[in-house]
Amino acid sequence: MFQRWKESITPTDIVMWLIGGTLLLMVIWGSVATLVAGKYTGRHWIDFVIFGLAQGSIYALIATGYTMVYGVLRMINFAHGEVFMSGPYTAYFVAAAMYRSDFLDKHPFTALFVIFVVAMAISTMIAYFLEKIAYRPLRGAPRLIPLITAIGASFFLQYMFRGLYGSGFQAYPVIKIFEGAWVIFGIRILKFQLVVIVAAILLMAALYSFIMLTRAGKAIRAVSEDKEASSLMGINVDGMISTTFIIGGMAAGAAGVLYALMFKQVHFFMGFIPGIKAFTAAVLGGIGNIPGAMLGGIFLGLIESVGPSLFLDGLGIPAPYQLKDAIAFTMLVLVLIFRPMGIMGERLAAKKA
Amino acid sequence: MTQTRSLWEHGVKTGIIGGVAVLVIALVGMVESFHRRDIIAEVITMGQVLLLIGGVFIGYIAAKRTGSDESLAPGLNAVIGSSVTGGFLAFLVIVGRLINLRAVLVNASPMLYKLLTLGHKGVAGIFIILLIGMGCGVFAAALFYLPRLTRRVIILSLSSMIIAGVLQDLIRPVIAAWGPVAVVSEWLFTGNGLTVSGSISIVILIAVVMTAWALKGQDIKSGYGNLSGGSQRGIKISAFFMLAVVLLALPHILGLFLSEVLTIVGLYVLLGLGLNIVVGYAGMLDLGYVAFFAIGSYVTAVLTSPELGFFSLTFWQALPFAVVLGIFFGVLLGIPVLKMRGDYLAIATLGFGEIIRILVLSDFLRPWLGGAQGAGKIPKAAIMGYQFITPQQIYYLILAGCILVVFISLRLKGSRLGRAWMAMREDEDVAQAMGINLVATKLLAFATGAGFSALSGAIFASKLGSVYPHSFNVIISINILCLIIVGGMGSIPGVIVGAAALVGLPELLREFAEYRLLVYGAALVAMMILRPEGLWPEVRHKMELHAEEENNIGEPEPSTAT
Repeated sequence: MFQRWKESITPTDIVMWLIGGTLLLMVIWGSVATLVAGKYTGRHWIDFVIFGLAQGSIYALIATGYTMVYGVLRMINFAHGEVFMSGPYTAYFVAAAMYRSDFLDKHPFTALFVIFVVAMAISTMIAYFLEKIAYRPLRGAPRLIPLITAIGASFFLQYMFRGLYGSGFQAYPVIKIFEGAWVIFGIRILKFQLVVIVAAILLMAALYSFIMLTRAGKAIRAVSEDKEASSLMGINVDGMISTTFIIGGMAAGAAGVLYALMFKQVHFFMGFIPGIKAFTAAVLGGIGNIPGAMLGGIFLGLIESVGPSLFLDGLGIPAPYQLKDAIAFTMLVLVLIFRPMGIMGERLAAKKA
Repeated sequence: MTQTRSLWEHGVKTGIIGGVAVLVIALVGMVESFHRRDIIAEVITMGQVLLLIGGVFIGYIAAKRTGSDESLAPGLNAVIGSSVTGGFLAFLVIVGRLINLRAVLVNASPMLYKLLTLGHKGVAGIFIILLIGMGCGVFAAALFYLPRLTRRVIILSLSSMIIAGVLQDLIRPVIAAWGPVAVVSEWLFTGNGLTVSGSISIVILIAVVMTAWALKGQDIKSGYGNLSGGSQRGIKISAFFMLAVVLLALPHILGLFLSEVLTIVGLYVLLGLGLNIVVGYAGMLDLGYVAFFAIGSYVTAVLTSPELGFFSLTFWQALPFAVVLGIFFGVLLGIPVLKMRGDYLAIATLGFGEIIRILVLSDFLRPWLGGAQGAGKIPKAAIMGYQFITPQQIYYLILAGCILVVFISLRLKGSRLGRAWMAMREDEDVAQAMGINLVATKLLAFATGAGFSALSGAIFASKLGSVYPHSFNVIISINILCLIIVGGMGSIPGVIVGAAALVGLPELLREFAEYRLLVYGAALVAMMILRPEGLWPEVRHKMELHAEEENNIGEPEPSTAT
């Protein structure tokens, strides 16, 4: 037993364990040092956690789109971040118009509903046509080809929206009733963060029940299980792939509005980094696995928000918050190396490889 | 009823797609900013040419897609397609004049409408757009019915005229520098574009040459084939010699600005050849390639810059360190991703690239690397007193680098290692079964690619004299990827063509620079769908893609509903 185990170790495995071990030691060392130093109080940590939850639930919503598309097409829809961007960027103009006419302050819920509808409609449209124009002709092509297409589509969409709407940052109008904070069980929570978390949870519940309970959801699951068999069972595979993109687009559009509510600005490049992070979240949860993507998103959001202060501050690194993206990307690389099947992705792991 | 419907169905459908595409082109501002450059001075601008080409192209596609037996149907569809496209633009002008689109779409300016309607107001302008659309359709239909040879001659001669107009900044100084030939330049160009007589003569010249070539070209080719081996070699050697002379004289022919463009293209050729080994030969999609470029630059900066104040080596002393460290990092970042394939590899390398950029940018490494302000005062390279300072001098440095890297790439391609890479690209498992050591082969690909990239980075640092983290954006990786894909994956001339087209052109066409990523993105998608082997394909890769097509011929064409 031990003998066989010893034989299967290669020098590269040892190098990887060394890297992994070093990082783990650094994380532990940093955390202990930070906690001992006591620079942050409990209040700080709670704020970090809530911020992380809000951010993570946005990642989770985007990640479901990645994971569903990966499920049915076995490709990374690199342009999903642009689907996410297109909705809220277009809805910004609606929001700004409503803000100028005071509609936003008088009927905030109706206004918010309109913003959501516009954003989701645009994102859905972009996702649908993206699949139809760019990806559909490439069914059955070698694996690199759809990925390169997706990268191309991603940059095309970014710069198309840059050309259409301009290259500057647009400040999203502030919705007054979501300003300020609530105190719940003695914990002070910024209102918009709570709204983001609750809205994201509701949307995820709706999405999950669509996938698990409806006929179309069942068909999508069947297609991601086995395309040929499901087409033999009378499922319209192309139609289900389109449906997947539509649902992913709706989730991304809604996530985009939540993102805009949280960070209060939109920009043509805003989808790129969240897109990669949401992909990280999808991989974390096990790509192809919807609840996994949701958990992965929330986990990533938490790590990103708590991580810089917890791990890096203790190591004496100045301005640790600058490195939060580096933490997210390191997580991505580590997960891809050590557990490519993700936290919950056992089923798919065998099929991949 | 159904008969007539199917007759013009393709025309309307193609016209709608084309109309949306043309609307996007107009609304992202491309038409308006291209309008600033004349093709034929005072007659037609690049923006108008862009729209006309779009109109004719759509008509032609509509004609081609008509599967009808009726001989008139394709022509009818061409006219309908182009007219529908024109209708979209007319609609834009009508809507744009009624409501202020500019609040949302920043480029929907009155200038654009004026340009589209040729300055006519009211209903007349709308009719002009529709009329031009129809005219494009008629032209497309005519092209469709003409015999193949005539069609090619017309398209090629017209496009050479357009290219001559587009590249006037390149062509004019070159011709003007040649003393007596300068008269030609004065005759061809005026003000901001071609003269009318100049453009007509270009069209005629190219048409004559094309026709002659089409009629006699085969004889010349077979004549060359019939020559003895010795004289064939003689022709090859003299061609090679001429190429060498031209390459050496190039910066003096082109002048300062164009030499600067050349150096940038050269740096991208270096980068492209490196990524070509990783992606083109070994088939591993690396999106974090810019990291090694950054490492090469920063190693050079740290070792030479007195501003950072650690070492003050010369460029040549620092260069080996830069390359070796680049290779070292190539291996170091390669080890973790050994087991990944395809898309996972792409994302992991993208992550690495971003991590390096974020680290360089952070305050954490600021004492060593200079943070967001970067590092300056990097000395220029010098050999025995000859300093590489101006672009014309640095050109030679980059040329030497390119020749070295091209040579290595060529030699590697046919070597045992090169064949192992290509086997791995096609099928990893089979390659392993054939006795290829995957770990070593992959790491060697990463190492070689990283080494080339670091070399490019070192030259870049010395050329600029300073390094900033913002120069090492993920966009650079995407640019390099685009140029090797457009040129043809795995093909060395393809990389050079790709770099010239994708990096050189935007430098020459300032109007274009703003839209380069838009066009790159569209080009990537279009290339992957229509011509995945690239513009100048590698023979073997093309064969493989063709074999696939042949296998697919038995299956019915997937119906495209749009």
